[in-house]
Amino acid sequence: MTAVLTGRRPTRGAVRVEADTAGVEVVRRVRHRLRRRTVVVPLALLMFLLVMFCLALTVGDFPVSVQQVWLSLTGRGTRATDFIVHELRLPRAVIALAVGACFGLSGAIFQSMMRNPLASPDIIGITSGASAAAVIAILMLGLSGFAISAFAFAGALITALAIYLLAWKQGVAGYRLVLVGIGIAAMLGAIIDYLLTRAQIWDAQVALLWLTGSLNGASAAELRPLLLLMVIVVPLALWAGGALGGLQLGDDAATSIGVRVERSRLLLILIGVALASIATAAAGPVGFVAFVSGPIARRLTHGTGIALVPAALVGAAVVITADFVGQHLLPVQLPVGILTAAVGAPFLLYLLVRSNRIGHGG
Amino acid sequence: MVLSDAPATRHTLSASELGLGYGDRQIVEDLTVDIPTGKVTVIIGANGCGKSTLLRGLARLLTPTHGAVLLDGRSISSIPSKQVAKVMGLLPQAPIAPEGITVADLVGRGRYPHQGWFRQWAPDDDRAVAEALTVTSTLELADRPIEEMSGGQRQRVWIAMALAQETDLLLLDEPTTYLDLSHQLEVLDLLTDLNRRRGTTVVIVMHDLNLACRYADHLIAMRDGRISAEGTPNEVITAEAMMEVFGLRSTIITDPVSKTPTIIPIGRHHCADDSDDETAVLSGEWSGETSS
Repeated sequence: MTAVLTGRRPTRGAVRVEADTAGVEVVRRVRHRLRRRTVVVPLALLMFLLVMFCLALTVGDFPVSVQQVWLSLTGRGTRATDFIVHELRLPRAVIALAVGACFGLSGAIFQSMMRNPLASPDIIGITSGASAAAVIAILMLGLSGFAISAFAFAGALITALAIYLLAWKQGVAGYRLVLVGIGIAAMLGAIIDYLLTRAQIWDAQVALLWLTGSLNGASAAELRPLLLLMVIVVPLALWAGGALGGLQLGDDAATSIGVRVERSRLLLILIGVALASIATAAAGPVGFVAFVSGPIARRLTHGTGIALVPAALVGAAVVITADFVGQHLLPVQLPVGILTAAVGAPFLLYLLVRSNRIGHGG
Repeated sequence: MVLSDAPATRHTLSASELGLGYGDRQIVEDLTVDIPTGKVTVIIGANGCGKSTLLRGLARLLTPTHGAVLLDGRSISSIPSKQVAKVMGLLPQAPIAPEGITVADLVGRGRYPHQGWFRQWAPDDDRAVAEALTVTSTLELADRPIEEMSGGQRQRVWIAMALAQETDLLLLDEPTTYLDLSHQLEVLDLLTDLNRRRGTTVVIVMHDLNLACRYADHLIAMRDGRISAEGTPNEVITAEAMMEVFGLRSTIITDPVSKTPTIIPIGRHHCADDSDDETAVLSGEWSGETSS
């Protein structure tokens, strides 16, 4: 290993002769520091999730100690603790984590791909599509349970397809997709409102609870399809996410380093929609989780570009924490969606104000 | 040793009866060109003549409306994109730096085509990034966020990303725009170094005609989506060609430093011979030194 640009004549100016082993060392050190951050942040988030998970299983009207939870989980509990842990608290906590992770991942995929923090599925109308379909299922077709989830899933996919087609103009640009999405979200909102005003008060109440995003109906039966779908889609998301590093640099630069831009983007949109609709189907459109998780994760792991895993963990942390606060720490019990909206809406305002000031989408 | 081994195979790039356009608007029509292998080619032409469009077409950023771009004689659209990216790099006109990204991470993204399912980041990638940072003098910036860079530094970082890709062909769309003169020279010197030491085929679209003449082995002058002249700067740059390509009156002298043609443009004002201010000063006969 000798020198850079070993040449026929001495190099001048910008191109200096330098031992390259030292350079490799510098690059290795910098990358190591970045990598360490991408390991430390998820580990810290996992610790936090573990604490929240224990709290969710132990705290409640009928307190169960950590030891009792452990005994119950390993099949040595009493009938009372078994019922509380297995039937009530465990499904709720796991669904909270799973739903949060799906929303977080979905939001981070959309935001990095469109290079715009406003492009999360809850802002551009994809979760509105799921909601509208679910409200139609509840109010017009009188469906319940799993059928609502299936409808929500189909609604999200159809909406995403409509947005994609309307925003398509020799490829999909970030801003057009956001604007078309916001327009579609408004239209779907109007449809939902219309259906609610026409509905019987009792039916409307069921629909409203679903629309707020709630884990009250969380049950073991709901858990299984949710986890099954996640096992398929999450690894797919992490794999397809490999193209995001290129897509973030703009379509031209992405193509030049060998990313098949339109194909990757379509695949990522499908995966992002699938994640958002899986989560919406399970717990309703828990507002703003997809929207806030990505930016928070990026801030925690700053300097490392894409943060899909941290975003999923932040999403899980947001939902399980919001659900815990809504259940136990407030004078009245509130559905999780109200708390996430209370945190997310000011953040949306902040981003809008900031993007206006600096002239682009954040 | 870094950048010293010339690649064993020489990759060729050409276009055959190429048509390029956006939507209904046809910009490049029936263009056939061979990019000289192992040379620095500069594409010049007036605004809107299609030079950037041609470069985008050569880099497969635009799908031809007819004809084809050929890489090693094969239609580029039939070759997997990642495989092309191992052979040909491009510095686009307006790449986007993600918020908060560090220089090392950004340059590392140039390694994408060399990675895959079973081959994630490897020591060879560290080496390539280190080389790219070293030759662009950005090694000491490696852990800094790109937002802190000046325009010149930022451009060098983007070039470093293209270099980290380690391709035999390198296309650059106006790499010197927005840079001050000394940084322009710095970038062009760097590209010349690459070409001379490593045999990289370089294709540059740029506006500065005199720098183009100085740094190009091969000039392509474009007008209305067609090639109006190509060859060495001495062959291409004549007062008549300037009038044809740019609609510009000029006189051509020899650059005393590089002995390449230098274009002295002639406007309506500020001509030393004031009586001729408004009348046609026919280029070439104006001074003793002419182009050819």
